[in-house]
Amino acid sequence: MTDPPDTIPGSGTAAGAAPPVTMRRPILQRASGLLRWESLLLVVLALLVLEGTRLSKFFLTGPNFANLTSAVMEVAIVALPMTLIIITGEIDLSVESMIGLSGAILGSLWAAGVPIEVGIVIVLVVGALGGLFNGLVVTRLGLPSLVVTLGTLALYRGLAQVILGPTAISNFPAGFTAFGFGNIPGSTIPWTLIVFSALGVVFWLLTHKTWIGRQVFAVGKNKDAARYSGVRVGTLKTALFVVTGVIAALAGVILAARFSSARADNGTGLTLVVVTIVLLGGVDINGGKGTITGVILAVFTLSVLQNELRLAGVSSEYQGVAVGLLLIGSVTAPYLARQARSYSDRARRGRHPPAGSVEGGEVV
Amino acid sequence: MSAEVSARPAGPSLGSRIVSMLGRSRELTLAGVIFLLCLVVAIQAPHFLSISNLSQVTTLAAIIAIAAVGESLVVMTKNIDLSVESTIGLVAFVVADILRQKMLPGPAAWAAGIGLGLVLGMANGAIITLFRVPSLVATLGTLSIFRGLDFFVAGGHEVNLADLPAGYSDAATQAFFGVPLFVILAIIVVVVVALVMRLTPFGRQVYAVGSNAEAALIIGIRSRLVIFLTFAICGALAGVAGVLWGMEFGTIYATSASNVSLQVIAAAVVGGVAIAGGAGTVVGAAVGALFLGLINNALLLLQMPQELLQVIYGAVILVAVSADALIQRRERRLAAEGAIQ
Repeated sequence: MTDPPDTIPGSGTAAGAAPPVTMRRPILQRASGLLRWESLLLVVLALLVLEGTRLSKFFLTGPNFANLTSAVMEVAIVALPMTLIIITGEIDLSVESMIGLSGAILGSLWAAGVPIEVGIVIVLVVGALGGLFNGLVVTRLGLPSLVVTLGTLALYRGLAQVILGPTAISNFPAGFTAFGFGNIPGSTIPWTLIVFSALGVVFWLLTHKTWIGRQVFAVGKNKDAARYSGVRVGTLKTALFVVTGVIAALAGVILAARFSSARADNGTGLTLVVVTIVLLGGVDINGGKGTITGVILAVFTLSVLQNELRLAGVSSEYQGVAVGLLLIGSVTAPYLARQARSYSDRARRGRHPPAGSVEGGEVV
Repeated sequence: MSAEVSARPAGPSLGSRIVSMLGRSRELTLAGVIFLLCLVVAIQAPHFLSISNLSQVTTLAAIIAIAAVGESLVVMTKNIDLSVESTIGLVAFVVADILRQKMLPGPAAWAAGIGLGLVLGMANGAIITLFRVPSLVATLGTLSIFRGLDFFVAGGHEVNLADLPAGYSDAATQAFFGVPLFVILAIIVVVVVALVMRLTPFGRQVYAVGSNAEAALIIGIRSRLVIFLTFAICGALAGVAGVLWGMEFGTIYATSASNVSLQVIAAAVVGGVAIAGGAGTVVGAAVGALFLGLINNALLLLQMPQELLQVIYGAVILVAVSADALIQRRERRLAAEGAIQ
């Protein structure tokens, strides 16, 4: 109810007396808001690490570091392309099923005598095709990605079940499983962390330093404006779905290697974790805003939290509750902070009305 | 000029008239598809038409239909509830646990279960409307949180039929004049909600909020209250489904009803409830639930691999929403052509 009078002075001043002053403030505020979210995450991460050292003297050891990072690397790599998808205002719920499908195909190819390297290439292609299907149905038919990827969530999981049935393939070669849970020789750095780091750098550059990233943000902020300024929105979104499919398939390979087992239900429930990481990283669920840095911080925050819950003896069934609360909290917290800020702004304006804004309000 | 006008639509009119008729009455189309499916299955496997098989199929479909009615109200407002399966599972477990420990008599335990569903639905609605969390995110979170509560209540145990009072699951096999009790219940739920949607301001407000939230706000509809109420109703109906689920299956685990949300949403979507909000009927959603149940049964009777079920559910969702999109596009184009002429 109080919103309309609030917006009128705003638009009044933008066109009115002192544009340089009033224009600068919101931009500064927005920048500090983003900065605050990431530094807040950093503080939370530091507190969690501190709590971890209190929980166990083994917390800050190399093996535990390897343990806690390798446990989340599959979801971590999928969170990178999911960030871009969510920034464009779409979502891909089917990633967990693509993880299962990729593992199932890899397992059955290996069981049929296909070399593991060839199998990996094939499942990455399958991932690309699965993503292409998602992207084409969403962009060509103009359907909401939520329902399309809900459909393929069932479809891809079903295909995994048809291919593998209730069996598990577990006789993978030693070199392959070592990639899943082994470390670089002579260190406690998991191989999969190298994969995530490399992808993290690539996605950071792609998102924040290239025209592709700028287009992604443009589409998320205003799809029509982006289209009129020459962005091929459909092609861009389809490409993002393809990349997400490929990386989800890669995550399926890593998961099969880490568990040294390929089952049709591999990856069940992981979409929740991926989306939680992205939103915890400060990416706006409504699109247009977010950073890869925030998402990478969120990966480590979540992995440390999960590690501590395990150390504290919380069973994996209840960890889902923590993830669910984190998901809702990471969307609610910024909203509540925004509300609080606008209330305090309004209160301040009420006491010391800046001359320009009141004048503007009365004129308009 | 007039010759041209009459000649032009004549060509595509038959095809397009059929397409738009199919588009307009999803319930009718679906009924036709169900009839054909039944015909094929009955020829291949005569056991399909036996009373015992038909009552089992319709009893299961009735449970899904009750949940799908609630889900379709939510979807009509352009929202989604992914958490219904966890509500069904939690309610089924809590009711069974209450009865096992003889804390409450039967009907009171059922009421408690429905009340629990209502509270969970209201929790969803509150998160979504008070904190402006998109329903997808909120219910993805509560899907996991409610299931976690289920694990907490269960504490690693299950409730067996043997632990429950005698006659607990009798209701699942009762029938009046050959119609299973659960089916009668589902019909009552569908009729009541359909009448509410058709005759009350609330029903019209649900459609209004879903088709154009801004316009709804301008004409004075309290959109957020309407959305909150649809989630509350959805939760309560999921609670009813949970009570029935327990009776139907007898043994209840902490993981009971996993993956049912997909089936419930698929039933609504295939029944013609538009995922973009503002259109569809609860009757359609119930018929959609029957359709999915029949497919499940057909796979079983025709001895096809059960693994296909997920594939078919996924395909059914995709086909239903794609068909909607194509029909809408076609109608828009025809309307545009009409406007030009």
